[in-house]
Amino acid sequence: MDSFANLMHGFDVAITFQNIGLALIGCFLGTIIGALPGLGPSNGVAILLPLAFSLGLDATPALILLTSVYYGAMYGGRISSILLNIPGDEPALMTTLDGYPMARAGRAGEALALSGIASFVGAFFATIGLAILAPQLVKVALLFGPAEYFALFALAFATLGGISSTNQAKSAWAAAFGLGIAMIGVDGQTGVPRFAFEQIHLYDGIDFLVAIVGLFALSEVLIFLEHSGGRSAKALAAQTNKSQIAIGRPVASFALLKFCTPAIARSTVIGFLAGVLPGAGASLGSFLAYATEKQVSNGGDTFGKGDPRGVAAPEAGNNAAAGGALVPMLALGVPGSGTTAVLLAVLLALNVTPGPLLFTNSPDIVWGLIAALFIANVMLLLLNLPLVGLFARVLLIPAKYLMPLVAMVSFVGIYGVSGSTFDLLVMVLFGVIGWVLRKLDIPLVPIIMGILLGNLMEANLRRAMTISNGDWSALYGSYLSIGLWIFAIVGFFLPVFVGRKIKNKMHAKTVSDKTTGS
Amino acid sequence: MSDRILGVCGILLALFFIWAATIIKLSFISDPIGPKTFPFIIGGLFGLSSLAIFLRPDARPSWPSMTGLAELAGGLAVMVAYVYLLPAIGFVISTAFASAVLSWRLGANLSGAAAAGIATAGGIYTVFHLILGLTLATGPWGF
Repeated sequence: MDSFANLMHGFDVAITFQNIGLALIGCFLGTIIGALPGLGPSNGVAILLPLAFSLGLDATPALILLTSVYYGAMYGGRISSILLNIPGDEPALMTTLDGYPMARAGRAGEALALSGIASFVGAFFATIGLAILAPQLVKVALLFGPAEYFALFALAFATLGGISSTNQAKSAWAAAFGLGIAMIGVDGQTGVPRFAFEQIHLYDGIDFLVAIVGLFALSEVLIFLEHSGGRSAKALAAQTNKSQIAIGRPVASFALLKFCTPAIARSTVIGFLAGVLPGAGASLGSFLAYATEKQVSNGGDTFGKGDPRGVAAPEAGNNAAAGGALVPMLALGVPGSGTTAVLLAVLLALNVTPGPLLFTNSPDIVWGLIAALFIANVMLLLLNLPLVGLFARVLLIPAKYLMPLVAMVSFVGIYGVSGSTFDLLVMVLFGVIGWVLRKLDIPLVPIIMGILLGNLMEANLRRAMTISNGDWSALYGSYLSIGLWIFAIVGFFLPVFVGRKIKNKMHAKTVSDKTTGS
Repeated sequence: MSDRILGVCGILLALFFIWAATIIKLSFISDPIGPKTFPFIIGGLFGLSSLAIFLRPDARPSWPSMTGLAELAGGLAVMVAYVYLLPAIGFVISTAFASAVLSWRLGANLSGAAAAGIATAGGIYTVFHLILGLTLATGPWGF
């Protein structure tokens, strides 16, 4: 019941005129960002992050704004999946399988309403799970010393590629690249400059905001520039497709909801667990939810042909995973997915040290945030049912007008934070690096994590070594740290054996179901 | 082939990184492992993973055609020019110019691109500067 009292206190913090307003803006922007193909939760939060920072918002309002965007994007991703058969973001991929066939059958409004409600249920129960589970995890985390923390960071990096990763060398490469960038600048413990090569600009290190916006937002703009010819043709085709589909009344009947309730309930649990565990995340959450429902239902031969359960399951799953992913981020300070890594950047930018002490030192921030998630979730449901037509119309904004806006807002945000031309050039450089690495199939999230956590990871290593007087065996001196190392090693090498299989399965599913579905 | 080149570049970068770590000057304050050890570990990891990528490359990625590359180079040139123009001629004009060129290159016709540029610059200026009070670059004319 301790959590409950804390949560009530959180509502006290969250319910102010400013915070509610920010949550509303965040939900609205988030839904749009999620709905637009090419902009997902991580680049959406990345673009808005420097803005929230340079507007001088306090920690709690800034977090409320950006997590509302995060939850909103999870809701929004389904709109283009259902109407255009193009997932608005990666986790919404599974929703296309049954959502689009439903829309073709004239049930677009029903599909949108149903998926909105499924999203709400998934996110709502995941937020309750977060409020219950995170404080328990904090109790374990308070037992951690520097050596355990070092092992935990290693575990986070080792599992970041995810169970479906096909090339672990590339995940490791990306992590090392990010950690290396974090080393640039004055060493916090001894005050000597490292890797700065006498350049004054580099003494402060590379600002992670600059790197995040460059890697996530600008590289997206570059991808669109590269495809400018082909992409506009595709967008045109999508638009003509769209005009054939009338949304209809966005209402789901009670009977339909009742029919889908077991699917939503199971998917919420699966999604939440997938979100909490390292190396899974929202995409796998929605995939597992969909696959389970297909198994559970009799034969599953209606799946892929517009079965409403196939719309409800992945949406409940990915929204529950979004809530679950906040558990390790808040309780341990170690994010398990791209978007939570960006949210961690929010905390660091606001000088809030994430981790177990956050719960004892700044309960206002944690519980205010969790309360805000409940508020945002209700707002999203209310926004999404009647306004879904408006959001659907946003999809018609062509990339040729949208992408320059994304680029310019990125520049404005970084300029607002640092006011330096040098940082803007570094951001463009990161945009190019991001583009090249995406081409080479190198994941960008470990790079961000490396830049964010590199100094903290090193500090823990050096603290552990100071305590043990330079004895390296202290790193595996407790059962807790041995356990963490074992998980890290298994988590890193398991995908080497099973990653390709799982990836192929996910891929085969979307392909085969699409062909049978159309 | 692309992955092999990445692997070789990665190994070279790792060697450079490790060399740069060896020239870190030590301070009189110190801890048992000092400021060099962690960079050595990272350099080693970077080198090993580069070697693994070199030895087991993935299939060739789809690189853009020459025209695609030219579009990219053009877009980058606009962004870099924008960065230098920003303090010189102020936010509104440089943003209108840069976003107009970008949307033209993304397939808008000239009048549409011009309108988009003016709308983008005016919109951002109104929302972020006039309403939210964010500091934007000011040129000689004050905007």
